[in-house]
Amino acid sequence: MDAFRALLGSERMAFRGLEPSPLPPAACIEIDAGDWGRLAALAKRQGWRWAGVWAEDRGVDLTVNLCLELQGSYLIVRTCLAAGRARLPSQAPHYWAADRPERHIQDLFGIRFEDHPDPRRWTRHQAWAEGIHPLRKDFPLAGLAPGYCPPDRDYPFLKAQGSSVYQIPVGPVHAGIIEPGHFRFQAIGETVLHLEERLGYVHKGIEKLAEGRDPHGLARLAGRVSGDTTCGHAWAACMAMERAAGIEIPLRAAFIRGLLAERERVINHLWDLGALCNDVGFAFGYYQFGRLREQWLRENQAWFGHRLMMDRIVPGGVAVDVCPDDAMKMHRSVVRLREEFSELMTILDANSSLEDRFLGAGILSAEMAQALGALGYVGRASGQTFDVRHDAAYAPYDRIPVKVQVETQGDVASRFWVRYKELRVCLSLLGKLIDGMPDGELTVPWQIPPEGSEGFAAVEGWRGEILCHVRFGAHSSIRRYWPRDPSVINWPALEKLVLGNIVPDFPVCNKSVNGSYSGHDL
Amino acid sequence: MLRLYGKILKTGVLTEKVPRVTPNTSSAVPDVAVGQIGQTLKAVVDRRFRGSLAIRQVDAGSCNGCELEIHALNNVYYDVERFGVHFVASPRHADVLMVTGPVSRHMEAAVKRTWEATANPKWVIAVGDCGACGGEFGVSYASCGAVSNVIPVDLIIPGCPPTPLALLQGLLSLCGRL
Repeated sequence: MDAFRALLGSERMAFRGLEPSPLPPAACIEIDAGDWGRLAALAKRQGWRWAGVWAEDRGVDLTVNLCLELQGSYLIVRTCLAAGRARLPSQAPHYWAADRPERHIQDLFGIRFEDHPDPRRWTRHQAWAEGIHPLRKDFPLAGLAPGYCPPDRDYPFLKAQGSSVYQIPVGPVHAGIIEPGHFRFQAIGETVLHLEERLGYVHKGIEKLAEGRDPHGLARLAGRVSGDTTCGHAWAACMAMERAAGIEIPLRAAFIRGLLAERERVINHLWDLGALCNDVGFAFGYYQFGRLREQWLRENQAWFGHRLMMDRIVPGGVAVDVCPDDAMKMHRSVVRLREEFSELMTILDANSSLEDRFLGAGILSAEMAQALGALGYVGRASGQTFDVRHDAAYAPYDRIPVKVQVETQGDVASRFWVRYKELRVCLSLLGKLIDGMPDGELTVPWQIPPEGSEGFAAVEGWRGEILCHVRFGAHSSIRRYWPRDPSVINWPALEKLVLGNIVPDFPVCNKSVNGSYSGHDL
Repeated sequence: MLRLYGKILKTGVLTEKVPRVTPNTSSAVPDVAVGQIGQTLKAVVDRRFRGSLAIRQVDAGSCNGCELEIHALNNVYYDVERFGVHFVASPRHADVLMVTGPVSRHMEAAVKRTWEATANPKWVIAVGDCGACGGEFGVSYASCGAVSNVIPVDLIIPGCPPTPLALLQGLLSLCGRL
């Protein structure tokens, strides 16, 4: 952080450090809007990871906030745009990850990013017209133009030219039980020449819907940003709200949150391992992992009252306790799963047909993963070591260290095995969380935060780093909620890693990344 | 390979058994076992759909929670295919559309077209609280809310998300009406 301040100083970039930081543990500085692009160039030079950007309509002006991360330290860079001058130099020329988030802000706030390499609309399809900006405060939640929303026919997809090049449009309704989105392939024979994703189909206006909710209402909504990450997003939102309100949750609640989040990681990784097997026609793996997942879902129901553990993380703590009897059962379940793994993985490891499909498919090089800022298992399968639990540890992980698992080949096999290795770590973490769980309260009473107070949180969801910013208005009502699912960062990785693969390998490549559509589209 | 077969043998059959249906157990009440609902369902599917009920699942804007539970219907515990119920890849092949989510406005046209592409006679099940009434998301600039605001709905299976058992019960009550 000091090195970055020194660099900004030596480059004669004016900045104002906000002390104390309004968004601890992140540091916070403010710069001039004109320096926005240049700041990204400098940050890149020093190796900062571009983690997210969000805007806020404060009525009198618009602010834009950038989140950078280096070695576990978060830095928020803020700039103010006077009303009527909603323009900002783009950071996308310096950071690929900035591409779609900037276009999202362009569509929803009407802030134009100058010199953006690809200024096409992104989240906006046809539900509102160009020039209308739903996240501006003067835009009503109900919208301006009710009535039939036509399909987004004229989105200018990139087209390849040449003989024997052809397009394959897929979606939004896919041929399975999956979320909607559109993939546009340019192919030669069976080989993928180019893939373009078109998302935004499940945009439900989550950021707008959050406005005016109370803390419990926001936690419920956050739990539905992406249903498979209900604990992760609820935790991030609650942590941000608690920081804004200056609330410290009981240690027992932090341990139980850890328990819920690790169980969420287990059920999702189990599902992905099974689904990856399924996508290469290995039914044995699909049904075995599906069986284990169902057992854990039933345990969730028995111990926490909900199969996916929705609404168990609440502002101020948790809504479930772990009784000694259940703790014993949880231990036994961890032991059982470990035994299952040792049997199953020996079988899978010896299966040459599985290896044949996984090895070398969908390679994301370490350089590419770093350039994209790839998160979670996608990054860690390509040599990126970042894990919020390890690098910017929060309770309970500040007491229970997490061993970060890494693979280096960057192919589907790496993303399969890194998930498995993470599962093993999860099981050991679960044991420690149960053993080390302190006595105490489950919640602390909510305190009304002063109007305008804000909070920032970073949590390691099962897909990777989840970021969240919350600002309160009067009487604990939410003025701004910004969740950033790791999928936002990881979706572009799929476009890169599928290049040169054959079209029939796309499903397994896609599953190996397993981005959330809902978490991306909001 | 021997290990693989060994594991299959060791795992055994986990699919939850179908007890003999007596007149008392044939009506679906909450908390009855999978097999009981399933057997009744199978009887109806056999009678009304010649043994095969094809479902096309459409995510119209869900948070993906409902999809996880619909998927679970295919795991070894529920194994819904043994009752003649299966999920198909195209609306052209479907008897039933199972629609989740509040219908996002960006999916409105796709949902309508999927419905139009489904051959008659067809039925629509709105799955989950969002599909039922808009749920946590309601009606807004981005969301049409309930599935019935966009296409005709024959049955609602509430829940956030509905459990696989609730989904089975829902299917049964749809078939029971036909």
